[in-house]
Amino acid sequence: MGVRILFLGPLSDLAGESEIEVAAPLDWEGLLGQVDAAIAQQLRETRVNIACQGRVLADKTALDAQDGDEVALLPPVSGGQA
Amino acid sequence: MARLSISVPLDVRLLDKGLSVGEALAAFNAAHGEAGGIVSFLGKVRPDGNVKALELSHYEPLTLPGMQELTQEAQERFSLDGALVWHRVGVMAPGDAIVLVAAAARHRRDAFEAADFLMDHLKSAAWLWKRERRGDGWHWIEPRGQDHSDLARWK
Repeated sequence: MGVRILFLGPLSDLAGESEIEVAAPLDWEGLLGQVDAAIAQQLRETRVNIACQGRVLADKTALDAQDGDEVALLPPVSGGQA
Repeated sequence: MARLSISVPLDVRLLDKGLSVGEALAAFNAAHGEAGGIVSFLGKVRPDGNVKALELSHYEPLTLPGMQELTQEAQERFSLDGALVWHRVGVMAPGDAIVLVAAAARHRRDAFEAADFLMDHLKSAAWLWKRERRGDGWHWIEPRGQDHSDLARWK
């Protein structure tokens, strides 16, 4: 089953796809190794959040995704309009 | 008589199709007979020369729960009888409705402030990503500094 990694918003353009599946378990270092260098760079910035199983991690370096988990990479939300 | 009926004090929805503003507000009004006033705000895709379409994407496990928490916070903070927070996702055209917020309260000041509070937080803190299609393709909309100062008003 593995771990599903979802690329939200502009990260999906950088990744060239909206999700990938990787082997479980997946920690912070493992995640950085699984994504493109450009995305890894963004993940290291504080502005990008990570959610595991629908919960935003207070400390993303504590990521510990197990088999069947969904990990979402959340870039800053858009403002603008109205 | 409104065809649509609202039965919960806090009605929070993500909609993937157009929203009927008149019906929503009629139903909200009918649900809050005890309120002294209702303030509503309708946000639209601004007709802006070059912009052909706006697309909002969301993340199911976070976006709606986040909007529900925000609405709960508004209810407590402004003693609301009820609130309606409906947000579109998907592709919209200029002039289309993006978001409808309504607040019902005993007194008008609370209702005005709650609508303002809800909009500032929806714009800056809801898990929604926007991109717009211009003549040369799709462009993601980046966060603006203004959003943070809008939020700072409520600290």
